[in-house]
Amino acid sequence: MKVLLTGISGTMGRHVALGLVERDHVVLGIDRRPWPDAPRGVEVYRADTRKRPAEDVFRIQRPDAVIHMATVTHWGASKEERYRINLGGTRAVFDHCHKYGVNQALFVGRHTVYGAAPDSPLYHCEEDPPMAVSTFPDLADLVAADLYAGSALWRFPEITTAVLRIVYTLGPSATGTLMRYLRGPNVPTVLGFDPLYQFMHEQDAAQAIVAALEHRLRGIYNVAGPPPVPLSLLCKVTGRRALPIPDLLYSTALGRFGLPRLPAGAINHVKYPIVVKARSFHEATGFTPEFDEVQAMESFRWAGD
Amino acid sequence: MDLPTDPEIAERIDRLHFHWNHYGIDAFGVSKEHLGNFYSLLAWFYRHYFRVTVHNIEHVPDRGRAMVVGNHSGGLPVDGGMVLTSLLLEHEPPRLAHGMVEKFAQRWPFVSTWFSRVGQFTGLPEHAVSLLEDDRILMVFPEGARGTGKLYRDRYALVGFGTGFMRLALQTGSPIVPFAFVGGEEALPTKFHFKTIAKRMGLPYIPVPAYLVPFPMPIACDIYYGEPLVFEGTGAEADRVIEGYVDRVKARIVELIDEGRVARRRRLDRVLPVDATEDDFPGEVEP
Repeated sequence: MKVLLTGISGTMGRHVALGLVERDHVVLGIDRRPWPDAPRGVEVYRADTRKRPAEDVFRIQRPDAVIHMATVTHWGASKEERYRINLGGTRAVFDHCHKYGVNQALFVGRHTVYGAAPDSPLYHCEEDPPMAVSTFPDLADLVAADLYAGSALWRFPEITTAVLRIVYTLGPSATGTLMRYLRGPNVPTVLGFDPLYQFMHEQDAAQAIVAALEHRLRGIYNVAGPPPVPLSLLCKVTGRRALPIPDLLYSTALGRFGLPRLPAGAINHVKYPIVVKARSFHEATGFTPEFDEVQAMESFRWAGD
Repeated sequence: MDLPTDPEIAERIDRLHFHWNHYGIDAFGVSKEHLGNFYSLLAWFYRHYFRVTVHNIEHVPDRGRAMVVGNHSGGLPVDGGMVLTSLLLEHEPPRLAHGMVEKFAQRWPFVSTWFSRVGQFTGLPEHAVSLLEDDRILMVFPEGARGTGKLYRDRYALVGFGTGFMRLALQTGSPIVPFAFVGGEEALPTKFHFKTIAKRMGLPYIPVPAYLVPFPMPIACDIYYGEPLVFEGTGAEADRVIEGYVDRVKARIVELIDEGRVARRRRLDRVLPVDATEDDFPGEVEP
């Protein structure tokens, strides 16, 4: 199968590309960032998904399937930039899929769309509403992108579309939302709160994306690996020190004393859990993770050694 | 922080059929260490403070899903704590029950963490379904906070039962084990409620007994379990049908309460002169 990956130069993009090459797929990629040592058989086009050169790749290469991973999740980008890439980019990709006869599309989204609140249930199923718009308003662009991608199911019924809501990832790359939060030696937690965190090894996440493609999934799927663990344990096993800060001082302390800077809404995601049920995904693909929770945490702990 | 754990409790927790990770935590975040501390504390209250006697606990299934459903009383949900303890301490094999907690608990620091680590989750239908589908025991008080918030003059009169639990039992195919908790009303005889302060703190109410301290007295309590009741259905039945089923559960709980109060009265008669016992007890008692 000829597969086009948007955002191929990111950590997850590279893992998925390698996974696909291993299974004898033809892999093309679009990214604004380079991938200098891309393996043989992977063609990377330096382009922005919303611009003409990206469309040319669709027109000339005619991929069978597209995996859309070119979304911005870090807080370094401006709000305008995030909306342009996460929503404008997603629109362009699905439009091109429709126009150039792509028959399968995968949107790689995040489990954080369900949001974290004191009354949110453990083990969200796919039908649960994406409460992150209220619990963590800075994630609104990602929630919108997730729902927008899902609308391709009825707007372009000829495309087999799947939206994957993947849990946090841990691994040697030390990149991604959760690993950015855990970056320093001291992790700012909220005093008296110890929510469950759900994550999987980054290689397992890539394998799950490959499995979703090969099983031609259609619809919305939560993707998870091993069971979640409390934040305190996550800090301990990854060799960090949890630094409990009283609720009222939390936002003042962030960005100071070597602690990471987080948007105001992030506090809910440090106080309350986001845990998803991935049973439908496991049943549809037969996917089983290779790394358990302890191995995933340790792979991040020793990253860079 | 190392809190004491009773070795007998630790041994019983080891016998639970849960999938613990390397650090003794299960998929719902229940922690063996926290369970050990929590149940060691509850066990002291169970054995020495409320001196709980449990009757017919063999009605609770040895394995698989079930809902234990009973009356709520006594201002603070100590009845819940004692029912949980009876299932871990006195049932063979030991069973861990999950309560359905008022929403405010998750907002409070420390309370949120402790309740999560000992398997006491917010009372959401999603939690009930996930736990029952995982073949666990759910402890349900269909009266909710209205039950614990009863005044002493209304003791043991069941207030409105919710119907949600019945739909969930039908949907998940869970048997219902009714129980009566007797003694809770006397342990904390609520005279009136502090409502304004409670509202400020996000609590449903604060119970105030005649002796003013909202803490239960050391009154001996009894738990009576009844035979499991099995209802057939999907959970999508009309309200009328569901209410009929709920009434049957409620009626059985009333019978168990009456049985318990009769036995209690007999016991009191043996140790106290007749005129010192509960004078307004409605049941007829044989001497």
